[in-house]
Amino acid sequence: MIVFASCIILFLIGLYAIVTKRNLIKIAIGFVLIEYAVNLFFALVGFKKGALAPIITKLDTPHNFVDPIPQALVLTAIVIGLATTALMLTVILRIYDRYKTFDIAEIKRLKG
Amino acid sequence: MIELYLFLIFMVTAAIIATEIKDLMAAVISLGAVGFSVAIMFIMLQAPDLAIVQIVVEVLTIVIFVAVILRTTHIDKTIGKKLSGTQILAIVSFSGFAILFLIVMFRTLQEIPAFGEPIMKVAMEYIRLGLSSYGPGGANIVANVILDFRALDTLGEATVLFTSVIAVVTLIRKSGRKK
Repeated sequence: MIVFASCIILFLIGLYAIVTKRNLIKIAIGFVLIEYAVNLFFALVGFKKGALAPIITKLDTPHNFVDPIPQALVLTAIVIGLATTALMLTVILRIYDRYKTFDIAEIKRLKG
Repeated sequence: MIELYLFLIFMVTAAIIATEIKDLMAAVISLGAVGFSVAIMFIMLQAPDLAIVQIVVEVLTIVIFVAVILRTTHIDKTIGKKLSGTQILAIVSFSGFAILFLIVMFRTLQEIPAFGEPIMKVAMEYIRLGLSSYGPGGANIVANVILDFRALDTLGEATVLFTSVIAVVTLIRKSGRKK
């Protein structure tokens, strides 16, 4: 339970960066931190004490595997996270080209 | 499982440094420390597939971040400034939300299965089918799940990935941009 709680603290640090920071790169870092926290939480939920990775090495033995389903879901989520991060940073780069600043308080003319 | 706790403490520290430091390049390197710790923790949690993918994705994420910072600036000019009214409001509302979130998560964590003892009701069926000769036939159960049992999920992932690639290429190309 302490393990889950520290994962949630990591999530809250990412949320803090998104909500309160004024620098666009810091906001992107917050998004990536939240992504890591959620992926790690899934992997922690599927963990089983004393079990092996879900790869069949021997037939006809009683198998003691960790839960493979959270791992499969997280595998998809990691790759989608990379795609969204790349898109977010490209938009940030274009915003910097236009306004020459990362400060969201100075970027007033967002309609332009 | 003491090393798991050590890595979690290290990750939380690196995450705080990544959000609070003035130099953006140092912040990105701290983010890389968090990501590689996640990869090492995946190995400790018996998820080798996730660790491999996480290392590749982490390297790409850091490369993209560094490319953006090298083209722009690496000093966060907003760190030393006085807090504006909007920012104080954001911090106060974040604190309220965080307290609410922690209360809800504390109740939820008492309901879900304890750490190290998952229920694995659906996974048992996947493992049984993976062992039988009528199943997908792969030795890696995770690969069986993403490529056979839940293949449509992977198709959706590929769609998102290529949509994102199209959007990125449209945004960064030189021709056709208005000045």
